[in-house]
Amino acid sequence: MRITVKLFAYFRDNRFKQREMEFPAGTRVEDIILSLGINLEEVGVTMINSRHCELFQVPNDHDQLAIFPAIGGG
Amino acid sequence: MADKIFRVNMSDLSTTVEPVPAAWMGLGGRGLTSTVVATEVTPTCHPLGRHNKLVIAPGLLSGTQAANSGRLSCGAKSPLTGTIKEANAGGSSAQMLAKLGVKALIIEGKPHDESKWYSLHVTRDGVTISEESEVIGLGNFATVKTLNQRLGEKVGVITIGPAGEMRMSAANISIKDPDSHLRSGGRGGLGAVMGSKKVKFISIEPTNEQVQIADPEAFKTANRLFAKALVDNPISKALAQYGTNVLVNIINESGGLPTRNFTKGQFEGHEAISGETMHDTIVARGGKPKHNCHQGCVIQCSQVYNDLNGNYKTSGFEYETIWALGADCCIDNLDHLADADSLMDDIGLDSIETPVAFAVAMEAGVLKFGDGAELCRILKEDVAKGTPLGRIIGNGAASVGKAFGITRVPVVKGQAIPAYDPRAIKGIGITYATSTQGADHTMGYTIATNILGVGGKLDPLSKEGQVELSRNLQIATAAIDSTGMCLFIAFAALDDATCLPALIDMINARFGISLTADDVTNLGKTILKTEHGFNLAAGFTNKDDRLPEFFAEEPIAPHNVVWDISDAAIDSFWDF
Repeated sequence: MRITVKLFAYFRDNRFKQREMEFPAGTRVEDIILSLGINLEEVGVTMINSRHCELFQVPNDHDQLAIFPAIGGG
Repeated sequence: MADKIFRVNMSDLSTTVEPVPAAWMGLGGRGLTSTVVATEVTPTCHPLGRHNKLVIAPGLLSGTQAANSGRLSCGAKSPLTGTIKEANAGGSSAQMLAKLGVKALIIEGKPHDESKWYSLHVTRDGVTISEESEVIGLGNFATVKTLNQRLGEKVGVITIGPAGEMRMSAANISIKDPDSHLRSGGRGGLGAVMGSKKVKFISIEPTNEQVQIADPEAFKTANRLFAKALVDNPISKALAQYGTNVLVNIINESGGLPTRNFTKGQFEGHEAISGETMHDTIVARGGKPKHNCHQGCVIQCSQVYNDLNGNYKTSGFEYETIWALGADCCIDNLDHLADADSLMDDIGLDSIETPVAFAVAMEAGVLKFGDGAELCRILKEDVAKGTPLGRIIGNGAASVGKAFGITRVPVVKGQAIPAYDPRAIKGIGITYATSTQGADHTMGYTIATNILGVGGKLDPLSKEGQVELSRNLQIATAAIDSTGMCLFIAFAALDDATCLPALIDMINARFGISLTADDVTNLGKTILKTEHGFNLAAGFTNKDDRLPEFFAEEPIAPHNVVWDISDAAIDSFWDF
């Protein structure tokens, strides 16, 4: 399946902002994160198509997956 | 030296130093300003008249070594909302006032002769009133520069710009920071209240005196734990790197970034104005990504943003300002945003209210969406000079809506809704509706739990649990706002079990008392009820706790959702 992966804040360092990536069907959010060399403990928020999602969720073909470290402000 | 109440009467130009009434002893910051306003100000009074009072109070821990304890609270009846109001900011004045033993500075009355301006000078012995002419009409930066030359670089300064002198409802109160730049008590037009008293600035004498600590050892131990909790928190680290503006991309991704005067939930130009882009721009131009707004801050969310030539342009360049000028006004150029931020600091304008007012003016056709140069020109040539258009904008978003017959006006109780759309992030809508001070995200920051996964998780699009979330956060915030602490300690306090007990231990060690967590919660509840009581007596009802009707009727993309929490559910907020 084809997933648009978006990275934010320091997760972009030595990686990318946004990239179309190919994953086998059934790949979970956390598998995608690990495949990028990101430590799961540093992940703050994940969203599929602008909705919050869990690490065990499986995106669908052509979904957008956004991965944020723990951040805050306001 | 026991803390005292310093009182200034601008009607007869007299000053007194009074003992602290027993009922005010355990209060500081917002808890104290709101209690004084509720006790001494006639709720139905005109906010710019002689019966209103401006109350300035350091927090319970201000002036101590406690990390992040440098916030100063300003309170009064607001000319923008007609409600009670407290606005707090960093800078150096909270710590300086606390060291001089000032529990609160109360400015009341109003000179009969409106042609004269005054300044106040605070020392440990009291307040001196002087007639002032040199800095009248000057912007805040020139005022601070002049006062540094006149009174020395270390003098504390609390000042208003031309907006406050002209009594505009979006006028802020500015506080000098350690770099002689400015921090702003932004919301609710408190600068206009100070201007109505004909006080241009308050100067504070530097002192070597220290705040007395009842149990210094216990205090030091608790502060060490507290500071560690703040420093270790991953959100603190991200705040230091990207500033609060790290939020542009995540709020945009969530579909809750109000865009083009609240007609869309995502902004095409988000990347250009994001915290990530800002960080890279700051580094490339030799600025500072992290910077503290007051001594003792260990989070350092501020920054030094330089212009294209590497010269200082602005600091305290916040997410809400960048959102309002960027997404809401559709300006996707950080340098235009920085120009406007610096101009608003100099004129003394709330950098949320003012750009939201501009977005309504853009919808009215006064200027085009996206025209950052024209926005800056209007700030300089109209708002700063008080032309009729400048006054309409300087009185806020509701003022612009009324002047131009616009119905899509994002305000609650007359105050502009900030950077989170309540249709797509419903918890914050409850805060906007029920806050005792008009729409204000900082009153109960549900974004933490709705979006950021801090303090648990609650689906931002669900109707369930939002009232309870907002209530709990509003109670906790009222208590934190009384300590002199920066609200950003809440990110650690919500998720690190050592943080809040350490904070309470510090308060106990400072005063030799034994508060429990329940006492602190009860303090928050009491403050909210005191503020609510003032508003009810001023004539507000539950019907004022509503969002503008367009939120219920205009779905917002990408989720195509409307505001759909019932009036009964909103009203249940006050069931505590």
